[in-house]
Amino acid sequence: MSGVPAAIAGIGATEFSKESGRSELRLAAESVFAALDDAGLAPSDVDGLVTYTQDANQEIAVAREVGIGDLTFFSRVHYGGGAACGTVMHAAMAVETGAASTVVCYRAFNERSGRRFGIPDARLGGDPSSQGLEMSWHVPYGLMTPAAWVAMFARRYMHVYGATSEDFGRVAVAMRRHAATNPAAWFHGRPITLDDHQASKWIVEPLHLLDCCQESDGAVALVVTSAERARDLRRSPAVIAAAAQGSGSGQMMMTSYYRDDMTGLPEMGVVGRRLWERSGLTPADIQTAILYDHFTPFVLTQLEELGFCGRGEAKDFIAGGGIELGGRLPVNPHGGQLGEAYIHGMNGIAEAVRQIRGTSVNQVADVANVLVTAGTGVPTSGLILTT
Amino acid sequence: MTDLETLAKQVVGAGESPRMRASEAVSGPLIRQWTQAMGDKNPKYQDLAPPAMIQVWSMPGADRTAFQRDRIPLDDLLDALTESGYTGVVATNCEHTYHRYLRPGEELTSTTRLTEMSGLKRTALGEGYFVTWAVTWYAEDEPVAEMEFRLLKFRPREDKPQPEKRKPYPLKPAVNQDTEFFWDGVRAGELRIQKCGDCGELRHPPGPICPACRSANRTHVVASGLGEVYSFVVHHNPPVPGRETPFVVAVVELPEGVRIVGNVVDCPPSEVGIGMPLRVIYRPMDDELTLPVWVPLEP
Ligand SMILES: [Zn+2]
Repeated sequence: MSGVPAAIAGIGATEFSKESGRSELRLAAESVFAALDDAGLAPSDVDGLVTYTQDANQEIAVAREVGIGDLTFFSRVHYGGGAACGTVMHAAMAVETGAASTVVCYRAFNERSGRRFGIPDARLGGDPSSQGLEMSWHVPYGLMTPAAWVAMFARRYMHVYGATSEDFGRVAVAMRRHAATNPAAWFHGRPITLDDHQASKWIVEPLHLLDCCQESDGAVALVVTSAERARDLRRSPAVIAAAAQGSGSGQMMMTSYYRDDMTGLPEMGVVGRRLWERSGLTPADIQTAILYDHFTPFVLTQLEELGFCGRGEAKDFIAGGGIELGGRLPVNPHGGQLGEAYIHGMNGIAEAVRQIRGTSVNQVADVANVLVTAGTGVPTSGLILTT
Repeated sequence: MTDLETLAKQVVGAGESPRMRASEAVSGPLIRQWTQAMGDKNPKYQDLAPPAMIQVWSMPGADRTAFQRDRIPLDDLLDALTESGYTGVVATNCEHTYHRYLRPGEELTSTTRLTEMSGLKRTALGEGYFVTWAVTWYAEDEPVAEMEFRLLKFRPREDKPQPEKRKPYPLKPAVNQDTEFFWDGVRAGELRIQKCGDCGELRHPPGPICPACRSANRTHVVASGLGEVYSFVVHHNPPVPGRETPFVVAVVELPEGVRIVGNVVDCPPSEVGIGMPLRVIYRPMDDELTLPVWVPLEP
């Protein structure tokens, strides 16, 4: 970014489970403690908090639990998992402008044992807010789950570029392979084959069950401070080389079906262009990428939008293990949300920090720059972290 | 005059029924039970019966077969009303007149006389007849008490099965002043596309301001009702309220140049494909909501 660069100085998480047995606020507090301990900072050092608008734990509640005193900056980022990297961007802006010196970003939920995003909610279209009205062009027809919203894009993508369900399946296989060697992953030790993918039940055609990420309980927190200060702390910093949010023309929450084309993710294109421009880097400079993988098809689209390959070429890029460990661009070495856990993208940022530190269980060699993305199909965000 | 009214007239004309023996003699134990139950501590009732007990002496008791009396003409009228559908009964008036106290040991008889049956009345309970009769109790030949009693025999209001009342469809759209023209159109059997009143730009989904020229002057055109599948999904899991799975949802491209989302129906999901020509139909989902849905355009 400009001026004093900011960095991620600490990461923390709870265990990832299907039933935490604890309140979401407790999960949030535990992850914040873990991130502060990781950074070697105390709650009293924190003067800013950022989370998602969808998080059920207000900043003031987390501050009370953790024993954080005065806050000079607090902010929320909207659009579901599209907020993930946005929280870090907001924190970095606060640090760079002096609005705060140490900002913690957190996301905590019981998304499996509590409210599950994939369960149809008849109230989605009931409220004449701009979002309720937008939903009302879709919900009455039963088009009302994230899987269904994404499947509509996936079908068009398949039609235009000749991609197949197997191409999507190769993403799932890669993520589960990575998770298999990550002890923190829910699917640790449980890889899948392409046949498993093809045999899994339909959720919303063309998506099989194994095209859809898991549902998880858990929390992740990140400590953002100036890169200069971070260098004096316990861990080597993951410097924020660039951060961006992105929304495209004709943007909707998850149903942007009315733009000229349905095969891309223009909002991710906005993020990508911005990240390259701000960091001065190119796709060739990235050793590993954390690409948001709530549903497999959008991993292909992101590779294209971010310039790792040309339009329609992602299926060839991933064929033969291109996104697996040892491939040309290892994607989600932790196993992603398909394999590790669904913490709305925050666990991916933590993995990017580990890759920069060189401490991941699935460490990619010689990592200098990691690109991270947030929720796809929604207004989104991204980061490039560097050593 | 209806058959019932004719019968009522006959019963009135028959006058007093024959004397019927009361089921119980006036007795100390029953008096004591009654005064204790009523909490009446009047010392007078140690050797006199409370006048309000008058009906007690001629009540048949819980087991109606244990004390049988002869049928009286009033029974014929009440039965005829029941058989004619006036099955409901509600007592509306009961007025006693007492001529003297009764003593334990006295044995009573009573007579019943229909005084009046009203014409057919409309009431909150249903249509029916008010039937009024008088009972006179005698000790030997001495009238000791009288009662005027009125009840309503009515035909219970039926919960008329509403003509095909549909179960409410749970997936309702939010509607406001920017979108109601569309839903009004659907109810009228029209697929309406917002058109800018100034620059003529078509737009779906609609909105309050034309993004091309900033005009808030909105009109609409009625679409041809044709379209083709631009993309589609087949929903299998999880279950969706108000829907049977699998069902198809498509992004439909209209020849007018806009896209709209809707279900493709009356077609097996496996036969739906991108580019498939469709035509719109209007499907009532419940008593309030109609949705535009799409069917294959016949070849
Ligand atoms: Zn206009």
